[in-house]
Amino acid sequence: MLRFVFRRLIQLVPILLGLSILLFAWVRALPGGPAQALLGQRATPEAVRDIEVQLGLDRPLWEQYLQFLWRAVRLDFGASLQTGQPVVDEMMRRFPATIELALCALLIAVAIGIPLGYLAARRHGTWVDHVVVSGSLLGVTVPIFFLAYLLKFVFAVQLGWLPTAGRADARARTEHPTGFYVLDGIITGDLGASWDAITHLILPALALASIPLAVIVRMTRASVLNVLNEDYVRTAEAKGLLAGTITRRHVLRNSMLPVTTVIGLQLGVLLAGAVLTETVFAFAGVGKFMADGIVERDFPTIQGFILVIAVIYVVVNMIVDLVYGLLDPRVRVS
Amino acid sequence: MSVTEAGSVPVGKAPLEAGKPDTDSRPPARGLRGEAARRFFRNPMAIVGLVLIAIFVTVAILAPWIAPYSPKDNSWLSEVRPGVYPGPSAEHWLGIDPLGRDVFSRLVHGARQSLLIGVVSLTLGATAGVFLGLLAGAFGGWVDTVVMRFVDIMLSVPGLLFAIAVAAMLGQSLTSVMIAIAVVNVPIFARLLRGEMLGQRTADYVLAAKSLGISRAGIVFRHVLPNSFTPILVQGTLTLALAIVEAAGLAFLGLSGSDPSTPEWGRMLNDAQSTLAAAPMLAFYPGLAIVLAALGFTLVGESLREALDPKMRR
Amino acid sequence: MSFLQVRDLTVTFQRSGHPPVRAVDGLTLDVAAGQSVGIVGESGSGKSVTSLAIMGLLPRRGVKVTGQVRLGDRDLTALTPRQMRDVRGSEVAMIFQDPMTSLNPVITVGRQLTEVITRHSQASKVDARREAESLLRRVGIPDPARRLGEYPHQLSGGMRQRVMIAIAIACRPRLLIADEPTTALDVTIQAQILDLLRDLVSESGCGLIMITHDLGVVAGLCDEVHVMYAGRVVESATATNLFGRPSHPYTDGLLRSIPRMDDDRGAALHTIRGSVRDLVPWDRGCAFQPRCDRAVDACLAGPPAVTDVSVTSPHRARCIRPVNVAASSTSVSKAKGGVR
Repeated sequence: MLRFVFRRLIQLVPILLGLSILLFAWVRALPGGPAQALLGQRATPEAVRDIEVQLGLDRPLWEQYLQFLWRAVRLDFGASLQTGQPVVDEMMRRFPATIELALCALLIAVAIGIPLGYLAARRHGTWVDHVVVSGSLLGVTVPIFFLAYLLKFVFAVQLGWLPTAGRADARARTEHPTGFYVLDGIITGDLGASWDAITHLILPALALASIPLAVIVRMTRASVLNVLNEDYVRTAEAKGLLAGTITRRHVLRNSMLPVTTVIGLQLGVLLAGAVLTETVFAFAGVGKFMADGIVERDFPTIQGFILVIAVIYVVVNMIVDLVYGLLDPRVRVS
Repeated sequence: MSVTEAGSVPVGKAPLEAGKPDTDSRPPARGLRGEAARRFFRNPMAIVGLVLIAIFVTVAILAPWIAPYSPKDNSWLSEVRPGVYPGPSAEHWLGIDPLGRDVFSRLVHGARQSLLIGVVSLTLGATAGVFLGLLAGAFGGWVDTVVMRFVDIMLSVPGLLFAIAVAAMLGQSLTSVMIAIAVVNVPIFARLLRGEMLGQRTADYVLAAKSLGISRAGIVFRHVLPNSFTPILVQGTLTLALAIVEAAGLAFLGLSGSDPSTPEWGRMLNDAQSTLAAAPMLAFYPGLAIVLAALGFTLVGESLREALDPKMRR
Repeated sequence: MSFLQVRDLTVTFQRSGHPPVRAVDGLTLDVAAGQSVGIVGESGSGKSVTSLAIMGLLPRRGVKVTGQVRLGDRDLTALTPRQMRDVRGSEVAMIFQDPMTSLNPVITVGRQLTEVITRHSQASKVDARREAESLLRRVGIPDPARRLGEYPHQLSGGMRQRVMIAIAIACRPRLLIADEPTTALDVTIQAQILDLLRDLVSESGCGLIMITHDLGVVAGLCDEVHVMYAGRVVESATATNLFGRPSHPYTDGLLRSIPRMDDDRGAALHTIRGSVRDLVPWDRGCAFQPRCDRAVDACLAGPPAVTDVSVTSPHRARCIRPVNVAASSTSVSKAKGGVR
């Protein structure tokens, strides 16, 4: 068991290294050269020369790469061209918001997706099944930002049920010890603030959840259909087990295995999707910062964001792999 | 409840550990094509999808003849005032946008952009991906390891972010968008084809061909590749749908190629952001167009998958 | 006194856009306590569907089951699904063909055993575990205590099938149905499994229905044999009589197809011409007619009558021109449905 975990961890290394190499090459290929790109407007000849020395552009390539790697490990991505502050600091400040949003979206996707998928599988071929499948197809094809607009327009602008923008009511004076607004409200005893945060989260989370929801529904449905067809389900029936037992112990446990893998993958979709969703709702998270950075050609920010997100993505997927190994004894042997 | 009907084999964006495709139960490529075609055309999803695609492609190709005005023609600026954006009328079927241009014409020409980007990036990405997958699958050994490591690394960055990075790097142009989306698709196809080949490699008919002395290239091109064709086709249609959406996403973020006056659905959506309250339809039209175009390909892709999967008996 | 009585069992599959298919057509058979009955047939003959129908494991959509399946004093076809669940596993149990896919890969062997025990009895978890261990020992699995915590993929094919058997006999059913239990196993293991089944049956006095396409299996194990073709039984006899004096041309053809040590070298192997798809519906004539060398015009005149082929022992064939008929037999009973 431990060997399995260890082996998986080892596989991380080449991927992370490869990622760093890719990013390094990318920086070097930026328009105008890396120095120019990293300085942007403030690229006076002196500053450029300074940066070139700093980046070691006069040194051999492999030395540059090592420097790059060293800086990346220390999370030194330079200063954001938008704010002049270190990219790391700007990202750290905004990360809790995005994490809160992503978790909320994931929760929605899983809590609604798995039951729906199961339902569709059990009612395979009926209208319920068709509706669910069609809905999931729609979920994948509707662009997140368009959905965000629609939600905002209908529920916020027209109906006024939910706020149109931001993370919280701008007028409120609340403490934010952790940066996770919903949690903060609970910690400081101000449940009104928590509720306020939640209402601000609903629409963007719904928009963000659309793709993962659709994927989870499809995956669950396919997986359950597959399992229902398996011989061991027939054996369970032949044993005369109660329907509930069969569903829980034999059908669900086996069909959830592929679904967990999918959930890990969806995190990447969520983090990328945050870039598209946060702008629409002026949600002060890392995604919006990145979106603004793209428009402003803030390469240090873009670089930092991509590296951090990619690492998170890889690590999360590895964790998912491990969890899968825990659930499916066959995997451990190989 | 007892033994129920056949399910479908989950295929799609492969997790980091690609599984073996179920090749033993897949029939030889040629014989069952007719039956698959019948199943395909009997599926209402497929028909709707084909209709949507037909409309989309027709509009895209015939845009200059369908659009009543040039998409860049902004001579109606005078009719526009802040907060007042003329809606649908006899001369302007979908109204006028804040810069005085005919919305319908822009929408129609936007189809061209989307189709172009979709087709080109799909072709580029699929070709490169299939080629890589072929290399990995045909040679195995260290070639396989190297290629798949590379693919894994590329897949470690979520798709959209990868496209953003590439597009930002290549600068503001239509080509850069197409390349960006193509690059995102390379690892998907590479892994797909390599997985297929891996599964086929141990199939009985391959062993039989080998025992007859058929060369490796012969086996790959004349036997394995045709049998791997169907998942590629399915993935291709789905990728095309995604490419349309991704291109719109990139445009939404400000990374679209070409100059701002060229109509592009994603950018039109972005532009409509500022006038959302006053003229919501300006956002709906391009958004709806994106959805319908992508939906067409998605429906066809899904129907193809169902029709070509031998396990689906109903 | 037979405690399983199947009367006129008919299973019709209805797929939209396709004509209905009668997989089982008016089947009638009996199984007595302690008796081993073999059902022989090739793929498509309806033998597996028969077993699923008896167990009530056929899907409810698209399938129509008529006829009676009496177990003791109850008609299984008349039971509600919940009642049928109580019967399955405890009074009637089934052993399936492929032990690899028939066991849940992510649940331990022990759990898969104890769950059927606790389902049909008041046994505590501890008792059930103990019972499971002794069951594993009974079916010949070495080191049973360790096996309880293992997973199916850690066992060999033969051992997995033993586990399946253990599961089936766990609640001491009165009827055991084995659907091709040895087909997926090596020949040497086959023999062991069959021996095990024979022991269990004689020890417990339960009835056994052995479904197979392998005549050798039947010869070694079964008292009575029914040969199925196209959904109906075409010949019934004791094993000895069936192999000694096959009456139906189909059975005859099957037996002739088995190559023998004393056959002429160089002589062509005997086959039954045509294929299962060359079919005549039973209500129009004899389904086997297109492939039969002994067919005459009357074979297409209507469903063939059932002939008592022997006076001395129950041996019947659904044929108007049976092979190997003893001199003074011919009590022709024109029964509709099964060979009775």
